[in-house]
Amino acid sequence: MARPRRPGRRIDVEAEADYNIDVSKVDTGVLFRITEMAFRHRARMALAIAATLLAGGFQLFVPQYLGRAIDQAHGLVAGAAAGTAGRDAAEAGLLHTALLLLAVAVARGLCTMMQNYQGEAIGQLIGYQLRLNYYRKLQTLSLSWHDRVHSGDLMTRGILDIEGVRLWIDTGVLRMILLTVLIGGGAVILIGNDTVLGLVALSFVPVVGIRASIARLRLRDTWIALQDKMSLLTKVIEENLDGIRVVRAFAAQGYELTKFDRISNEALAIANRRVRLFVLSTTQMTFVYFLAMAATLWIGGQKTIEGEITLGQLGEALTFMLILQMPVRQIGWMVNSIARASTCGGRLFNVLDLEPSIADAPGAKPLQASESVVRFEGVDFRYPSWTKDDRTLSGIDLEARPGKMIGIVGPPGSGKTTIAHLLGRYYDVADGRITIDGQDIREVTLASLRQAVSIVQQEPYLFTASIDHNVAYGDPWAGRSSIERSAQTAQLHSHIRSLPNTYETLVGERGVSLSGGQRQRLSIARAILPDAKVLVFDDSTAAVDAATERRIREALREFVAKRAVIVIAHRLSSVMDAEEIVFLENGRIVERGSHDELMAAGGRYRQLCDLQARELSGSPEAGA
Amino acid sequence: MSDSQPAEARPEEAPPLAVVGSQISQDEELFGRVFDKWVVRRFIHYLAPYRRHLSLGISAVLVFTLTQLTIPLIVRRAVDDAMAEGAGDAALLRLFVIAFVAVVVVNYAANHFMETIVGRTAQNLLFDLRRAMYAHLQIVSLSFMDRTEVGRLMSRLQGDVYALQEFLESSIFALGDFVLLIGIIVVLLSLNPGLGALTLSVVPILFLVRIGWLPRARRAFMRARETNSTTNAALAETVHGIRAIQELAREDVNYALFDAKAEDNLRAHLTASKFTNMMVPIVDTLSGSAMAIVVVVGGSMVLEQDLDIGVMVAFLFYVQRFFDPIRTLTIQYSIMQRAMAAGQRIFEVMDVDVEVADIPDAENPEKIDGSVEFRHVTFGYNPGQPVLHDVSFRVAPGETVAVVGPTGSGKTSTMALIHRFYDAWEGEILVGGHKVRDMTQASLGRHIAMVLQEPFLFSATVEENIRYAKAEATREEVIAAATAVGAHDFIARLDQGYDTMLDQRGSNLSMGQRQLISFARALVADAQILVLDEATASVDSYTELEIQRALARLLQGRTALVIAHRLATIRGADRIIVLQDGRIVEQGNHGQLMAADGLYARLYRMNYASFDDIPIEEVREALTDEPRTT
Repeated sequence: MARPRRPGRRIDVEAEADYNIDVSKVDTGVLFRITEMAFRHRARMALAIAATLLAGGFQLFVPQYLGRAIDQAHGLVAGAAAGTAGRDAAEAGLLHTALLLLAVAVARGLCTMMQNYQGEAIGQLIGYQLRLNYYRKLQTLSLSWHDRVHSGDLMTRGILDIEGVRLWIDTGVLRMILLTVLIGGGAVILIGNDTVLGLVALSFVPVVGIRASIARLRLRDTWIALQDKMSLLTKVIEENLDGIRVVRAFAAQGYELTKFDRISNEALAIANRRVRLFVLSTTQMTFVYFLAMAATLWIGGQKTIEGEITLGQLGEALTFMLILQMPVRQIGWMVNSIARASTCGGRLFNVLDLEPSIADAPGAKPLQASESVVRFEGVDFRYPSWTKDDRTLSGIDLEARPGKMIGIVGPPGSGKTTIAHLLGRYYDVADGRITIDGQDIREVTLASLRQAVSIVQQEPYLFTASIDHNVAYGDPWAGRSSIERSAQTAQLHSHIRSLPNTYETLVGERGVSLSGGQRQRLSIARAILPDAKVLVFDDSTAAVDAATERRIREALREFVAKRAVIVIAHRLSSVMDAEEIVFLENGRIVERGSHDELMAAGGRYRQLCDLQARELSGSPEAGA
Repeated sequence: MSDSQPAEARPEEAPPLAVVGSQISQDEELFGRVFDKWVVRRFIHYLAPYRRHLSLGISAVLVFTLTQLTIPLIVRRAVDDAMAEGAGDAALLRLFVIAFVAVVVVNYAANHFMETIVGRTAQNLLFDLRRAMYAHLQIVSLSFMDRTEVGRLMSRLQGDVYALQEFLESSIFALGDFVLLIGIIVVLLSLNPGLGALTLSVVPILFLVRIGWLPRARRAFMRARETNSTTNAALAETVHGIRAIQELAREDVNYALFDAKAEDNLRAHLTASKFTNMMVPIVDTLSGSAMAIVVVVGGSMVLEQDLDIGVMVAFLFYVQRFFDPIRTLTIQYSIMQRAMAAGQRIFEVMDVDVEVADIPDAENPEKIDGSVEFRHVTFGYNPGQPVLHDVSFRVAPGETVAVVGPTGSGKTSTMALIHRFYDAWEGEILVGGHKVRDMTQASLGRHIAMVLQEPFLFSATVEENIRYAKAEATREEVIAAATAVGAHDFIARLDQGYDTMLDQRGSNLSMGQRQLISFARALVADAQILVLDEATASVDSYTELEIQRALARLLQGRTALVIAHRLATIRGADRIIVLQDGRIVEQGNHGQLMAADGLYARLYRMNYASFDDIPIEEVREALTDEPRTT
């Protein structure tokens, strides 16, 4: 008699974890792997299964006791043995049955509590473990892998897929056990009482079970369709709001509304189709169930009249039906739970099983930096084919050491940034080698390498945290004085002082916004704070104005003198001081020498220099 | 640079300056008052179109509830009249079974009808609300959009509307539950007042338990939710900031911090689960007690022949049933609180003023002459804080005017006013001789093309982006525009040329390429007046050259107002307007301004790449050294 769960809530809440599931490919290997994770919590798992079996068992007693009570109350009257002794015995019997009923109810409640709690606890423990493993894996996978995958996809796996796996024990395994006990036990008891009546009473089970499974799978299909539309709608809305100035500048509100309406109406049509599917299946299930009850009443009533069964047995059959109604509907859930756990688990394990393409070599030792001499020796490189990046480097020879700064310039796409990537070992060279103080960077531990090499990014990522946290990101143990010193060097200190909470001001996505130049300066402060032996500036002052850049260079002079420094830039003033400047073109060094030498040579470098001079003098058609 | 402890002393304790995940809570107030008249009144307004549906739906709910109530009564009659000893009557039984089936059919019809109508109405309402909010956001004043984060609006458009949908749906069903509960009480009491009262005595107990349980449980659930969002935020940070994390070798520190968060999340969920499940034995005990009461008391009464056996059976049926409505009714309380808070937020947005609207009979001139004029314009965003003071100037058709000045001098506001993004406080702005207030916004959009500083591209194909301003533009026009600004070559090299989808707003293009596309977009618009905010982001010299060329092409034969940053652009302009603190301090061409030796000349000689770069102290110096010249 319980009302089915309602469409609206169900459609939007429960289905969250339903993302992109293909039921046709249930992977038993994945399910086995999850279940195996559950059995690592042996005691809990044993407790959960025992509690489930007992809960089902106790539940089975309720209809029997109710039937017995009906017979006890009724049978005596029917038997007409109305002596006082008989009445007292009957009342004692009723009291006995009532106490048994109460005891069974309490026991069932406690067991169900234990079943649910342990089921969920195991799920949460698995979720916790998977979350940690996933987090660690994401941190170790190479940047090239991260560049290739969509960030939204990684979040889906880390949130919804873990959820889908987590629910498997609770809604999958334990419910299945419970349902088996209830249906199996119920069938044995009812059919044992009276074969025909038992079959009639249980006739709704297969119909409703199959109907529920089919409906759920169909609902899932439309759910996926709806989700696709909704994410499209979200994109449209979000872009519209982000680009509201463009929309208004071109008076495109009408166009934007049409676009919205088209997708919104399509989504609404699917949503309404979902309501129809849902309503059809739930109401039919209820109808079939009630019809089975009518049949039970009809056949059971006749049998009672004819004295084949007692009234209590009829009552028993009817209450059994009451108890079985909900669990049978949940068969649909279970089918779904299997599909979900398999798909979500599969997607998750795909990531967890990846081997990072860049990892410590066996027996790698920490880098021992002494002189801080960086050497590129005949380095060749080609991006892996899936990056769709056809830039290459070939025959790169470089040497940077304290007192010998290297400047790298060249047209866009010439491979300047790739050099920074290789030095931080985000990719491995194809041929040749890169050494720091004679140690091949592939033979030292990654952690020590990256501690030794600091790269200043052109577009730094700011964490949504205070400025001091951001500056100290590479060395969270740093004291306030060293943080301030770094900020001073990066010419950011006075700006930070002018902010409402100075160094405690929140920046990042939802904090105070910093201009491009300020972000770059923060990135410089962040990179120079840890005591790295090798520094790479990757076009890291492009958004900083020339005068400030000059001041940064002055401030860095002493710092730079003790370290190996490589400066990559498109603004020539940034590299002019370098002891050696190399001009890259199509991944090859085409010119090298000091600024004066290169100017005198009158090659590419000279041309670029002239171009920038004209730009500054401000004649628009210069060089055209 | 570091004065921290030596590395070997570290791992013991957590680093003092390390956190993972956003430090700002993303969640908004979740629960409001249970009943907020203002919200409900506004909500009812949106229900108006569905009034008939809703009254039909409510009727169906009532019919459904009645059939639910009737079923045990039929069973009772069947037992007492047809099956009880001596009364064995198969014909009568058949009659009752037929009645049973009839009630079931009605139940099915009512169920089907109510679920359909309520489900659909709620869905439609959800979409209506979202549409209304979206449409409103298209016309609200830009100053509202400026100070509101898109994320907040998205959560209203996505989360809050669902809360209202849920509220509508659950309210109707809660009404059914309420009627059912009352119905059961009435039926039990009228079947047998004494036994009824005794059996129902468990109901208030359950109510009390749940009311005491709810606030505590809700705290636990909220806590679990919060830890979810902080854990997910930490994960998101790793996904987005992986480059910085690996470069600064923060993996181990972050892992330890994340572990702490994940563990916190685990504990919060275990606590929440305890709260959820502690109700199970309580409900079971109470329903067991109710059954026990029926068995002992009812059974004795049957023995005394004070009660029909069928009534006892009916009681056993009802007992199984009255715990469900109590559960849903207590949940309803939370749903209402959530809906009121959500409604408050939604209707707040809907109430934001539309400051800029077309006047009745606004002009929609087919052709204009291309002039732009400011007449004594004063304007600001916050009352009492004008950012433009009495600004007057005229741009002749075909003229290129560069607007320069330090950050905060009012350049962007000047540009926004031409397009009537805002209305001036005082004075008039004229475009082609028409006051912008008297023109339709659509006609302004047609006659003025804008290029914003950040080239904003939509996630659509390259072609769709280029013809955004003019949906009917042909492929030829698109190609011609792209060729003119020098974008054709790189577009042709893309995977699918003009049909290439731009991911995440053009992130697969370089900054320079995005700018060129936004130039092509403005060129396709082919408006007489061009308003352009030059990008400040510096690009390499090669790209810079291409952009300068494209810009020259774009300016050709148009009236142009340019917020200029590049010296090349400034020097190429017919006239330069120098703004300072919302006032025009100088105007003239480059030569004239240099000769005048005023602010412009001083700033120019500082040799910054852009006037915006000049530190504020230096601007102040330039201003105080020299009296203002006009």
